[in-house]
Amino acid sequence: MSVFKDAGHLFRFAGLFVLAFLLFLVIRGFVVPKTFGQYGHYRGAAIGDVAAHPVKFAGHQTCEACHTDILDVKKNGKHAHVNCEACHGALAKHADDPASVTPVRPDTAVLCARCHTASAAKPKGFPQVVPADHSTGLPCQMCHNPHSPAMDAGAAAGGTK
Amino acid sequence: MNISRRQMLILLPAAAVAWKSVQAGTPEDSPNYKMTDHWWGMLIDVPKCIGCGNCVRACQTENDVPDGNFRTWVERYHVTDENMTSPEVISPDGGKEGFPVAQEDAGKYFFVPKLCNHCADSPCTQVCPVGATFVTPDGVVMVDQSYCLGCAYCVQACPYGCRYIHPEKHVADKCTLCYHRITKGLTTACCETCPTGARQLVDLKNPKDPIHEFLKTHSVQVLKPQMATGAKAYYYDLDGSVR
Amino acid sequence: MNGVEGFMYPNEIALQWSVLIVLYPFITGLVAGAFILASLERVFRVEAVKPTYRLALLTALAFLLDAPLPLQLHLGHPERSPEMYFTPHSTSAMAMFGYVYLWYLMAVLVLEIWLDYRRDIVLMSQQSKGFLRLIYKVMTLGSSNISERSLAIDERVGWIVTIIGIPSAFMLHGYVGFIFGSIKANPWWSSPLMPVVFIFSAMVSGIAAVMLLYMAITKLRKQKIDVRCVDSIAMYLFYIFIIDFSLEMLDLIHRIYEADESFKSLNFLVHTQLFIPHIVIQILMGTLVPIVLLGITQVIKLPEIVRKRMYAVAGCLTMVGIFAMRWNVVIGGQLFSKSFLGFTTYKMALVTREGLLAAIALTILPFIFLWVLIKLLPPWGEEHEAAAAD
Repeated sequence: MSVFKDAGHLFRFAGLFVLAFLLFLVIRGFVVPKTFGQYGHYRGAAIGDVAAHPVKFAGHQTCEACHTDILDVKKNGKHAHVNCEACHGALAKHADDPASVTPVRPDTAVLCARCHTASAAKPKGFPQVVPADHSTGLPCQMCHNPHSPAMDAGAAAGGTK
Repeated sequence: MNISRRQMLILLPAAAVAWKSVQAGTPEDSPNYKMTDHWWGMLIDVPKCIGCGNCVRACQTENDVPDGNFRTWVERYHVTDENMTSPEVISPDGGKEGFPVAQEDAGKYFFVPKLCNHCADSPCTQVCPVGATFVTPDGVVMVDQSYCLGCAYCVQACPYGCRYIHPEKHVADKCTLCYHRITKGLTTACCETCPTGARQLVDLKNPKDPIHEFLKTHSVQVLKPQMATGAKAYYYDLDGSVR
Repeated sequence: MNGVEGFMYPNEIALQWSVLIVLYPFITGLVAGAFILASLERVFRVEAVKPTYRLALLTALAFLLDAPLPLQLHLGHPERSPEMYFTPHSTSAMAMFGYVYLWYLMAVLVLEIWLDYRRDIVLMSQQSKGFLRLIYKVMTLGSSNISERSLAIDERVGWIVTIIGIPSAFMLHGYVGFIFGSIKANPWWSSPLMPVVFIFSAMVSGIAAVMLLYMAITKLRKQKIDVRCVDSIAMYLFYIFIIDFSLEMLDLIHRIYEADESFKSLNFLVHTQLFIPHIVIQILMGTLVPIVLLGITQVIKLPEIVRKRMYAVAGCLTMVGIFAMRWNVVIGGQLFSKSFLGFTTYKMALVTREGLLAAIALTILPFIFLWVLIKLLPPWGEEHEAAAAD
């Protein structure tokens, strides 16, 4: 019994620990997010957070649902697998409310050159030209229909849709 | 596909409904998405990449990636006989505006798009002290940005350099494989805008996925296989000099 | 690109871990090392170092209180750091930090200091006045029992705490080494030797720090330095330094011999950007010179005044050398590309949250803590007064 009398201070110290630990458990119960551990060691609702990010590119299926005439021109040409927004930019807003957002026609001088400027680094079979020599300053769409750019694919259409 | 007026009348509203579902925001609203039915990866067809930078720009637009940081980027390799083990590599602004014109010489050039490899045994997940980065049941490695401390341990642990600390949010950030798109039947922004099909999303649990079929019938590699990260970005025709 | 030579992955160009992350292992190293010195007396009964026992414990506490601060300044969201307590990820070495730190602070250091000082605390709670009296009263935890029996129990429990404290100190600093050593993505860090090297260099820095502090404070108090004590400390410093140096050389030789894919890049780094910090400061000035100086004092019997000067010089060089070692690990490990095709530079800011001024402030702060602790819990009570009276 006298042991406990002379060790009383140690029990007080230990008691502080126990108290702190209990307090910790209580706080933890409140603070840890409810979905934590749902699928693994993370907050399950975080998956939904990421999935809720707004979509900016509509995706070619959505474009093609309305723009079937363009699709008809494109589908058998050299740009069949170049998706609409690869050139026209992110247009989910336009798909959402076509009247509210009118897509701006891209500047072919910049756009076409990005892919088709000749470079030793590009794959050998890929169609590439030196723009200055090739078009002598004329806009690309004077001769090439962007939706079906091969020269023998039909009327160039001189820049119209 | 020649569509009659009648078909158009059906298609348009269907497109509108489909679009609304796409915009809905949560996987629950696109019915039929069950995480355990999917196991996502990506195929990079190296010979097809022309270094146009569409993917880098599209990713930045789709995911609000801050300038100077990259969720995806393109590297251009120049390998000659003299430097097979130390190729000349450039990635000007991640390849965002393409690459300077290369002059013809004896070496070989090729472009290598890179992104998060969504490793099945991801070292970044292993080191996160609080569980802010994780692999989803469908194989996408993500960051919980409301839980992340911004300690950058995961950035140090990634062998591929695909992570960064967001300069404004001060949390870890990286490619999410456009999870908000792929759970709605869309493809990733980078795959959507790639003009040559050099980047293709693949669902390894879908036997009917044509890219899955490609993986089964062609030689593919992953980056840094010695790290045993279970990387799921597969490279077709990857040169040995690629780091 | 600014500061980039060759090719770096675009996201690698800016360093993620700054000088503050260099400071953290340096500080916890001092804590572990100071504690090991204290344990020399308590557990291994090396009487000679007894004058530094209490000072070593207070030094360890002062630095331990400062240790989380560089980490808090570095975090993108320091307010979320309690998450490491609520949801620690069991596969992450960093997640251990919270618990190891808390364990070491409360169950080892604070407990041991409290047990050793309890008699003095109780006496001071009865003798002092005002606010100070309240502080001491709180520190007694309401018990004023300083009977023979209770003090004997304290002595016994304190001995057990020190026994537990030694592996705890190794954990506190060894896990920091493991944080780096377990990263397979970074060949400069990835090594099973890393925790061991960190522990031994921690012991070296901690012991040197206590030795220097003891000599400096004793001089400031205009007391006589116990030369037998510093001789003893210097001897331990010397032998532990030999082990530390051997481990680092083993790592280096192994690296050079195996010459794996990272070698060319790392070798270039050490010969260029890291030449001054690594070869000149860490190895030559910070390790070889102190070892030679200490070695000379072990072999030749020199006059006291010369020995003390040599210990002081060796001690200071050691501190610089061990800081350089942390710098070379943390910063060095981020200067080369994981593609092994290029290098970047560390642009240390001056006044930002993670800049040089913050680092300097956090280095000075523990000395302020130590000053407060010494005032509150004087390491030299009647015992030293009695010795001086002889």
